[in-house]
Order: sequence, then C-alpha cells, then structure tokens
Amino acid sequence: MSVKLSTRQVGDVSVVDVAGRITLGEGSSALRDTLRDMVSKGQKKILLNLGEVSYIDSSGIGELVSGFTTVTNQGGQLKLLGLTKRVKDLLQITKLYTVFDVHDDEAGAVRSFA
Amino acid sequence: MGKNTGGEAETADQFLDSTLESVDSAESLVLDMAEKAGFEEEDLHKIGMAVRESMVNAVVHGNQYSAHKKVHVSVSKGTDRFTVTIADQGRGFELSDVRDPLADENLLRHSGRGIFLIRAFMDELQIRRLSPAGTEVKLVKYLGRK
Repeated sequence: MSVKLSTRQVGDVSVVDVAGRITLGEGSSALRDTLRDMVSKGQKKILLNLGEVSYIDSSGIGELVSGFTTVTNQGGQLKLLGLTKRVKDLLQITKLYTVFDVHDDEAGAVRSFA
Repeated sequence: MGKNTGGEAETADQFLDSTLESVDSAESLVLDMAEKAGFEEEDLHKIGMAVRESMVNAVVHGNQYSAHKKVHVSVSKGTDRFTVTIADQGRGFELSDVRDPLADENLLRHSGRGIFLIRAFMDELQIRRLSPAGTEVKLVKYLGRK
C-alpha cells in the first residue's frame, strides 16, 4: 500500500488523514500536492493526522518539512496529530520533533489553532 | 544475479535497474535474508530503512535514473554480522560535502537526511568511491545484539 490521503473540515481547521507509506515517489508527491492545493485555496489551519502512517522515509520527512514551511510562509499553521512510535522516533532523531506542534488527540489539536 | 540460501551461509548478489521499483526490490531481498538471519521486527525496520535510503541515493543521486547504469546489491550473513553493499555507477560525491542535517541552519531543508538516518540505524557505515566511477555503501548490522 502506498499512501492514501483524505481531507475533512472540523470547524475552520482542515484535517488531512494520511494512511500508508510516505516514501519517495507516489507517497511523498501525493502529500506535497495535497498540501499545496490546500494552501492555494487559502486554508491556513492544517492538521496532518499521521495516525495511520506505517512508514516514512527521509523523502517523506522532507515533505513534512516543506509543507510546514510552505504553510508557515503563507501565514498559516501546520500541526501534526497522532504520531506512531516510529514516526515520532524519526522526528526526534532528526531534531524535528520540536519544530512541529505535535498533538495526541484531535479535539485538543483543533482547539490549539484558536 | 544469484542467491544462495542453502544452509547457514547466505549470500545474494543482484544488479538492479536505476528505478524506484528497484528500491522496493532491494528492500524485499534484504529483509527476507535479514529475517532468516534472525533479526526481529525493530531491527528489520532499521535495516529496511537503511537499505531504502541507500538505494534511493544510488538510483536518484548516483545513477540519476539512467537506463544505462545499474545498482549492484550484495548481501551476506557472516558469523557475527549482516552486511549489505550497494554500489552505483554515478559520478560519486564527497562525504565532507554532505551538510549536517541537525545543524540549526539545515533543520528545515527538504533533503539531506538520508546518510544521517543510515548511520543512525546501522552499526557500521562505510562509503567509498569506486574506480572508474561510482559509490559503494557498505551497511553492517551486528548479529545477536539487542
């Protein structure tokens, strides 16, 4: 399974549910396209739900970082939700865990945008 | 291409095309042998990821997807170590030119974390330039250690 992305709206927060593998190729480009599309539509509060992401490589990490900088540069916020242990470990060893605003529960994450 | 899976000694040797499909092929080959070598889930994840990162470097940065260049993957299980060697036919690079991905000024860069992750996930990493062209990456995971 590569990656599957779906978007939904919770109040004024756009939630992107990501499942599968975010790796070089289809997975990372799908994430990039989705985030760019959201930014182009003026969405400024984006919550990336990674709870069903089984695998992420350095390219996938790169897309998370690029998405973060793209949204931030447009005056928006991109936050992460529901990291699996492996994704959390990866963000920690790459020192990115403190760059992102990471949440464990969706309601709290949505409230944090206010 | 060859694979000897008889008895305890296991080696494999494959020449793969410079495609992203080869990244998956190499990962599957190595993980199959690593599992037989006795590695458990967490180490299998680390080995698989190190192989993927090395293969992506070979296919994308080394051979630059060239249809005329191959990636040579060798896997062997010794008495105390599991070794994967991945060699491309590209122009090569200087390790000293690779930026530190943990430096503050590089933290938000899109790329440049591959070698760092390989080093983090394996027990040994050796990189050498090949003559007349190419880069060989040797990944080692020790057997029987937690």
